[in-house]
Amino acid sequence: MTAVITPAIVRAGEEVHLATSAGLTRYAWLVALLPLISAVVILFFGKRTPGGGWIWGVLTVGTGFVLSLGILWHFVTGGGPTGAAVDWFTIGTLRMQLGQYVDGLTAVMLVVVTAVSLCVHVYSIGYMHGDARFTWFYVALSLFTAAMLNVVIADNLFQLLIGWEVMGFCSYILIGHWWEEHVNSSSAIKAFITTRIGDVPFLFGVFVLIAATGFTTSNIQEISHLVAGGEVARGVVALGAILLFGGAVGKSAQFPLHVWLPDAMAGPTPVSALIHAATMVAAGVYMVGRTYEVFLHADPWVLQLVGAIGVVTAFGAGLLGLVQDDIKRVLAYSTISQLGYMITLMAAGPAGRNAAFFHLFTHAFFKALLFLGSGSVIHACHTNNMSEMGGLRRTMPVTFWTFTIGSLALAGVPPLAGFFSKDELLVALEHDHQWLLFWLLLGAAAVTAFYTARMVLQTFFGEYRGHGHPHESPASMTGPLVALAGATVLVGFLGFAGTGAPFFDWVYLEEPEAVTFVPWVALLSTAAALLGLAGGYAVYREWREPDPITRLGALHRLLANKYYLDDIYWRGIVRPVRDGLSAAVNWSNQVVLDGIVNGAAKVARWLSEGVRALDEEVVDGAVNGVGRTAGYAGAVLRYVQSGNVQRYAAFLFAGVVILAVIFTRI
Amino acid sequence: MIRLPLVLLFSAALFSIGVYGVLARRNAVMVLMAIELMLNAVNVNLVGFSQLWRDLAGQVFALFVIAVAAAEVGIGLAIVLLIYRNRETIDLSEVSLLKW
Repeated sequence: MTAVITPAIVRAGEEVHLATSAGLTRYAWLVALLPLISAVVILFFGKRTPGGGWIWGVLTVGTGFVLSLGILWHFVTGGGPTGAAVDWFTIGTLRMQLGQYVDGLTAVMLVVVTAVSLCVHVYSIGYMHGDARFTWFYVALSLFTAAMLNVVIADNLFQLLIGWEVMGFCSYILIGHWWEEHVNSSSAIKAFITTRIGDVPFLFGVFVLIAATGFTTSNIQEISHLVAGGEVARGVVALGAILLFGGAVGKSAQFPLHVWLPDAMAGPTPVSALIHAATMVAAGVYMVGRTYEVFLHADPWVLQLVGAIGVVTAFGAGLLGLVQDDIKRVLAYSTISQLGYMITLMAAGPAGRNAAFFHLFTHAFFKALLFLGSGSVIHACHTNNMSEMGGLRRTMPVTFWTFTIGSLALAGVPPLAGFFSKDELLVALEHDHQWLLFWLLLGAAAVTAFYTARMVLQTFFGEYRGHGHPHESPASMTGPLVALAGATVLVGFLGFAGTGAPFFDWVYLEEPEAVTFVPWVALLSTAAALLGLAGGYAVYREWREPDPITRLGALHRLLANKYYLDDIYWRGIVRPVRDGLSAAVNWSNQVVLDGIVNGAAKVARWLSEGVRALDEEVVDGAVNGVGRTAGYAGAVLRYVQSGNVQRYAAFLFAGVVILAVIFTRI
Repeated sequence: MIRLPLVLLFSAALFSIGVYGVLARRNAVMVLMAIELMLNAVNVNLVGFSQLWRDLAGQVFALFVIAVAAAEVGIGLAIVLLIYRNRETIDLSEVSLLKW
């Protein structure tokens, strides 16, 4: 395969990079292929492998991680983007390829996905130990990782779509991993269908953009090039952008399709960490950023809509995080909220896009850390409810400290990762003079800090309120926690102006943007974080029953019912569709389709009756007639063969006499 | 020298007696002997024509026929003997197993 993809050429860019200067980026496809191989190997040989097959997943993803670091090194040392592709199929003028496009963003995403996936693979050894479908779990985990990496490296929209859909499928089977409980399988179906509502516009967006190229290519760089060159009508670009954004709304759980993500917490916690916090839900953001030229050159209202949906999600979901008792649901709403941040920043131009990716980068680490930490807590307490936890800082010190680091990062306390990325977000908005978004996100940051404080205080402080004796988790679980905590402390500096902000030298749209440190913004964001934390501490210093948040009255009811969105969907869409549409479908099925099918069957029966008659009367008649004739002839002739030698001799002589008569006549 | 028509008449008579014997007698030994008669009728013919054409080949042929006939009757008698041993009869009308 390597022979086919060299020399690597950036098809849309002006420069042509020969493979010799591409470094390890040539092997980006290998990073995505390895987990796929692992999935197949585990599927067929997992149960025969000691330990249930996890070793394959850990080995391949680990190799992929090391390789990803090597690929990132290419960009750390100042390398440019590379690409390579092989032809897949051609329909008319449309040339479909399988290819990779590797720029700094791809490299960063490769590192993030493989790093988190590796942590989750290791963590799951302990967390899923003794599970009935342990091996199957690893199959899905590896397959998911392969699909996500495919999305990351894909150089064309069609290939991206394939990874996108496989991710959706893996998400579905992993949410429903414990399908024996009805609520879990329902959640899986809800997640699948809700994201599918976004996937349909996405699919059409891909079609629109392919059509915009005159049905020649689905290559993202070429499409970007065409769009940036103004060769596509603005209206078409806007249509493509808005349809693509539909996919992001579904996948990245943006309002109003965010409802699936909290329910997706029914899946095993490592799955929540990998798929529903760090990677898959970030794919929507990644896709928007990858096709950013399309958004940038569409009508301005498209990006305004993107920003509006992002900020509504960021703020609305943050508020919902205040009233949850299930620790994973708090984190789920926090994830939705943080994804809302990223989507919001897409509205702030290329600088905003890059800042969004920096937040995606840091968020992946600290949110994976938080989810794995919550998994550790759940593993110990056998419940998701914070009202049955408390006081765990003494019994689970490693989990406590790592979880606290993750929480402070989420709240945006300096100098942790979340602070730097949030700061970059606000600076980008400030530069773009998006003041409404600026203040709303600042407010959302305070809300984030508040529910974070509530979560940590209810879980780890006070007295233990549950049953049994919680204990620290095994090393396979605490190891990834420590690793991710280390990353959470360190990765923020990659985007800090004081260290030269190398991240923004890797991830940029057209050319690297100068990163500035704005002291008053940093001060403001720190103040918001501290304000939120202080507020949370004041309210949740000690365990109180009922939760003080219930005193908000009507507002609390609104939040507890999730803005009644689920009810609206249930009454407005699900029930009419289920009861009305399904009845109509049932009728058409029973009457129309079955009628056609039965009619066809009846005709076929008549025909076959005719054929049978033909067969039995004519064909069999002929065959039997031949046989019967032979039988009659034999019955007559057998009398001649009497066994009497003398009679034979008489015939012989008679014959001779006849012959003699005949011959002598002549 | 005997004239040829007489020879042929004698031969035909001999042959006809042989045919009658083969077709009409039930005793297998008698049938074999009738076959001998037919063969010898042929021999008479051969010798008669040999004399007519002054060619000894016909007489040589007759000698061969006599030798082969001796062999044939030897085998035939052996078969008859075996049939008798197995079935206690040499009546040809009762030896009729070779049929369907």
